[in-house]
Amino acid sequence: MSDFPLFPAQASTIAWQVDALYGFLVLLTVVFCILVFGMVTIFAIKYRRRSDDEQPEQNHGNLALELSWTIIPLFIALFVFLLGADVFFRLQRAPADPLEIYAVGKQWMWKIQHESGKREINTLHVPKGQPVRLTMTSEDVLHDFFIPAFRVKNDVIPGRYTTLWFEATQLGEFHIFCAEYCGTLHSGMIGKVIVMDPTDYHDWLMGASASDESMVEAGQRQFQALGCETCHKSTSSGQGPSLVGIYDKPVKLKNGQEVTVDVDYIRESILQPRAKIVDGYEPIMPIFEGQISEQSLLQIVSYIKSLTESAE
Amino acid sequence: MSDAVKANGEPKNYLNDTYGIKSWLLTLDHKRIGIMYLITLTAFFLVGGVFAAFIRLELMTPKGDLFEAETYNKMFTMHGVVMIFFFLIPSIPAVLGNFLIPLQIGARDVAFPKLNLASYYLYALGGMFAIAAILMGGIDTGWTFYTPYSSSYSNSFVSLALVGVFINGFSSILTGVNFMVTIHKMRAPGLTWFRLPLFIWGHYATSLIQVLGTPVVAITLLLVVFERVFNIGIFDPTYGGDPVLFQHMFWFYSHPAVYIMILPGFAVISDVIACFSRKRIFGYSFVAFSSLAIAVLGFLVWGHHMFVSGQSTYASMVFSFITFFVAVPSAVKIFNWSFTLHKGSIKLDSPMLYVMGFIGLFTIGGLTGLFLSTLGTDVHLHDTYFVVAHFHYVMVGGMVMAFLCGLHFWWPKMTGRMYPEGPAKLGVMFVFAGFNLTFLPQFILGYMGMPRRYHAYPEEWQALNIMSTAGATVLGLGFGLTIAYFIWSLFKGEKAPANPFQAKGLEWDIPSPPIAHNFEAIPIVTWEAYPYGPEEAASQSTETATEPAKEDEVV
Repeated sequence: MSDFPLFPAQASTIAWQVDALYGFLVLLTVVFCILVFGMVTIFAIKYRRRSDDEQPEQNHGNLALELSWTIIPLFIALFVFLLGADVFFRLQRAPADPLEIYAVGKQWMWKIQHESGKREINTLHVPKGQPVRLTMTSEDVLHDFFIPAFRVKNDVIPGRYTTLWFEATQLGEFHIFCAEYCGTLHSGMIGKVIVMDPTDYHDWLMGASASDESMVEAGQRQFQALGCETCHKSTSSGQGPSLVGIYDKPVKLKNGQEVTVDVDYIRESILQPRAKIVDGYEPIMPIFEGQISEQSLLQIVSYIKSLTESAE
Repeated sequence: MSDAVKANGEPKNYLNDTYGIKSWLLTLDHKRIGIMYLITLTAFFLVGGVFAAFIRLELMTPKGDLFEAETYNKMFTMHGVVMIFFFLIPSIPAVLGNFLIPLQIGARDVAFPKLNLASYYLYALGGMFAIAAILMGGIDTGWTFYTPYSSSYSNSFVSLALVGVFINGFSSILTGVNFMVTIHKMRAPGLTWFRLPLFIWGHYATSLIQVLGTPVVAITLLLVVFERVFNIGIFDPTYGGDPVLFQHMFWFYSHPAVYIMILPGFAVISDVIACFSRKRIFGYSFVAFSSLAIAVLGFLVWGHHMFVSGQSTYASMVFSFITFFVAVPSAVKIFNWSFTLHKGSIKLDSPMLYVMGFIGLFTIGGLTGLFLSTLGTDVHLHDTYFVVAHFHYVMVGGMVMAFLCGLHFWWPKMTGRMYPEGPAKLGVMFVFAGFNLTFLPQFILGYMGMPRRYHAYPEEWQALNIMSTAGATVLGLGFGLTIAYFIWSLFKGEKAPANPFQAKGLEWDIPSPPIAHNFEAIPIVTWEAYPYGPEEAASQSTETATEPAKEDEVV
């Protein structure tokens, strides 16, 4: 970086789109500023008071002018809205089958786990040229995962999952910041994204401190240890619904509603099982709220997700 | 009126009518209450300013080396709490609104003078709670008090400060009610709605928001106190609460609150620009209704603070869409003010220089708002210094400039003394230059990704931060100079005539400073607002029929 940079690195597929939008808005700002400043300055000079008893001609308004500076800004505003909404949709919708990585924020660190089971703190290794989706939650207060070089940011909220996705286009190290004020060492809750070649990433995953247990395996171990299997069998013969092939599918509830089985639904059904009971089953599952750590919960969730992937 | 002239030859006015500390502390005179607000507000402004100075000093170096992280967090929190709740929200309405609304509508006081005094004491009491919280050790939640940090995690004096803001909210509500009733019921005969100065329209729109919005934030903050004290689960998920609910409730008020802070600024600018161009405001009714449009739209856009809060994509789309509509009435105002200058007779005295500064800075503040209402760019810019810069452009570049503009313009009326024009021109230059140097670099820092509320930051951002601190120094000198010559003028300033700027409006037809009950006789208004034209001025002078004063009306 130069000594006086004006832009952060442009290191993701979405970055140039955000920058283009930003550039357009800067242009719009400059044009309007020149218009207004120019008008005000010229009038102030041209119509300066020349004698103290000067009586300017009165003019009470002009409907055509009023309408034009109501309607033209309205159309410009709506056009900008559409441009912004378009980029926003792309920021929100991850492509199919992204690489899944999980992050837990706590005062004041980021705990990251890759699907292979590898863990890291305040660093995030990702492969270049591959969409990555982060599923995040917090153990305590609000945090926010922000990577300026990728132009992505999302709040990290206790009690629920939020996600963000990006596809890195540049090798190197980039800042991670916590962008939601979270207490004393908020400005120390920072880290680095390290973008690697996919092969290097693979080697790193399998390298020195590789985990011998993937997230799915860890999830399965805890699924068994907590006794979930007793009721949630792989066939529909258990006292609880089978969890095979349910992920991302709609399910009918006892109250007649239909919900999609996403990570937040799975999370809630583990911690507060009585909140949403699947049609045809009794509310007999014990409450696990406060008994499972956020990281274990993510492992169990990824195990339950894997039951669908392996079934397909 | 021989009794109106005192022995030493000085005519009686609201300042020398009665003497003694009690005559001030128990006064029901809206003008004296306005002055009391001015003194208290200035004290809060200085307290908030000292915190700002410490923030800028810390940020001169990338490492957090001047203060502990916790101290720094407390300073930006208290800067925000003091400046927003105890300076910006009351500023123009409580000082200039109080002083001028009855004068401009030809009334002898506000509708409820005792309530008006009660508002002041609620404000002072709320302020004392906030000061107590600061003196006992401060608060570190950020002025937004986001949960669950504020409700369960912070070990600072959050409840005390929240109770202070809660009490202060009642001051705001009661002032709003008072102004609305005053404007509805106490206008002079003939002063129809469309003959009112735009100052009154702006304050009417502001009062509307104060009355409708403030109860929501009061409830919200009280719920945070309940959660802290009684562990009732409302916002903290460990008790089954929802942290994002707080943000919805908080911004439902706090977004309209930024319009509480800027609409009175618009109100001042409209009056001053007409006077110094000797023209009626271009498109009077468009300017008047754009204030109401902003007040109403302001209640529908709170979710634009929450685009990255996990709010649904479609909710974000709707909030962004509605937010863009706010751009329209703002643009309408800017263009109408600019066109008021067209073919006018423009004199660049210091109040008018503040108008020029306001138009420039508010235009930048408004346009940079587009970056934040645009979904695609807000994701990157949210919670960065870009937001800090945008907010200060609107609040300091807009509201504080407008407040200073109004203070200069009406200073002769309020104090009976002229401020010195030379230092005033120097002051406005310092404020304008210092302000831009402080906050323009922050736009760049924000796009670079510097998050707000950071005690330490990466080294590559130091140059821009040093520029910002240098600018803040110039800005501080500008404010210091302004306060100094205002105080000087009280003792040494030239005696002000009734209408030093040849302005139009009922307040300029009475002496400076006004007598205690404002008008010897209630005027009958037969002319439009801003009668700066020759034919209009003529019609005004022929029809100054008056009603005899009824002493029993004077409270």
